[in-house]
Amino acid sequence: MIRVVDLHKKFGAQEVLKGVNLEVAKGKVTTIVGTSGCGKTVLLKHLNALLLPDRGSIWIDGTDITQLGQKDLYEMRKRFGVLFQGAALLDSMTVFDNVAFPVREKTTLAETEISKKVQERLDQVGLEGMGYKYPAELSGGMRKRAGLARALIMDPEIVLFDEPTTGLDPVLATGIHQLIARTQKTFGFTAVVVSHTIPQVFEISDYVAILVGGVIEEMKPTREFQASQNPVVRQFIRGETEGPIQVL
Amino acid sequence: MFSLLTHIGRFTLDLVLGMGAMFLFLLSAVALAFRRPAKIRLIIYHIKTIGVDSLSVVVLSGFFTGMVMGFQGYYSLRKFNAESWLGSVTALGLLRELGPVLSAFMVTGRTGSAMAAELGTMRATEQIDALYAMAINPVKYLVSPRIIASLIAMPLLTAIFDVVGIYGAYLIGVGLLGVSSGSYFSGMENSIIFHDVYSGFVKSLSFGLIITWVCCYKGFHAPPMATGVSRATTESVVLSFILVLVWDYFLTSVMQ
Repeated sequence: MIRVVDLHKKFGAQEVLKGVNLEVAKGKVTTIVGTSGCGKTVLLKHLNALLLPDRGSIWIDGTDITQLGQKDLYEMRKRFGVLFQGAALLDSMTVFDNVAFPVREKTTLAETEISKKVQERLDQVGLEGMGYKYPAELSGGMRKRAGLARALIMDPEIVLFDEPTTGLDPVLATGIHQLIARTQKTFGFTAVVVSHTIPQVFEISDYVAILVGGVIEEMKPTREFQASQNPVVRQFIRGETEGPIQVL
Repeated sequence: MFSLLTHIGRFTLDLVLGMGAMFLFLLSAVALAFRRPAKIRLIIYHIKTIGVDSLSVVVLSGFFTGMVMGFQGYYSLRKFNAESWLGSVTALGLLRELGPVLSAFMVTGRTGSAMAAELGTMRATEQIDALYAMAINPVKYLVSPRIIASLIAMPLLTAIFDVVGIYGAYLIGVGLLGVSSGSYFSGMENSIIFHDVYSGFVKSLSFGLIITWVCCYKGFHAPPMATGVSRATTESVVLSFILVLVWDYFLTSVMQ
């Protein structure tokens, strides 16, 4: 469904992506792991063209999105939902208005229907009765859940999760992982998760890819990835400082 | 020598690129302002933030500017036994120059800096990326309504500044220094022509555009970190002040 071919991206003199190749299967959860600052978020932001590559292509159902004009790009983005690292809720709006925002902007649904839909999503992420609060009044976990409700409100085909559990305690992180798995099963969307919360993230993933040195070092079904003998994968999974991944 | 030329060349290129990017940003914001659906609620909200929220500082500064003009005008005109021209001098100064320029400065300080800081924070916390991700054009949603609102609010604020300033000068000239009330207003009536009001209106309109354009651009493109937001805020205020003064000179020279 999503195919990334030879993706390169530079910021100034720093080359972050050095030829990434990746395939994301339809209706599955693909997780990209890697050390902090290795370019996972940069890669994720290319998938819905929030960033454009210096070289390479990104194919979504046979269309190279790097070649799309502004209008087609906006149309293509309607197929995506995104949960940002800090949830990126609009802080001038309540949780309810944040979740309702894309529906109000992009559809002609009546306010009663919007309200019903938003309430349903808030219930699904465990935020019933919290719609009146502003993002600043929410805890980190609640903000992530509100962000997830907003990402799912337009029934997207593809959902991108940028570090969905960063900054959360292990119990809450597991809760968010379970929520992602549950909503993915309910809605059947294709999920791309960027994370370094291992091994917890393996429980929700169908495929795992590891990004090291600006390229995908290995990508396999989760069980095979966990059993991989690739020294890079072994070092990362075990969290060792000695090995092919340069730590400091 | 070669290194110096390289630096000058790079600086010039950066400057031209920056100016081009700013101009394209303005063009896109103006073009999107005419595209449906119109963001009426947002425009009204920003008229409140730009207009109503700046009202107190504009009234206060207008009042004290008028009072200062009352004193300065009176003592200058007295040397020529022309105190009766106080109303005329004050009104002309306020309508043509001080009203539009000083209210633009007040709005820049009160609202422009807040605009830059708000958009800069939205950039840093990925809220602008979130708008793109939701297939919503952030320039149309965040910038175009502010531009329309400033075009409505700035002339009104300037008009209020002018009226309050004229009243401030009246209080000093007539109430304190003994200028005749009749000559204060008749002098004003005899010397003010429509062109004076019109040039003040055009200035306030264009200053509103400059302030929103510069402050939104700086905030929108702020580096996503705390120092980036603070720098964008400072730069937006300084650049707005400079552009307002330069544009004021240009307009004054062509609208005589």
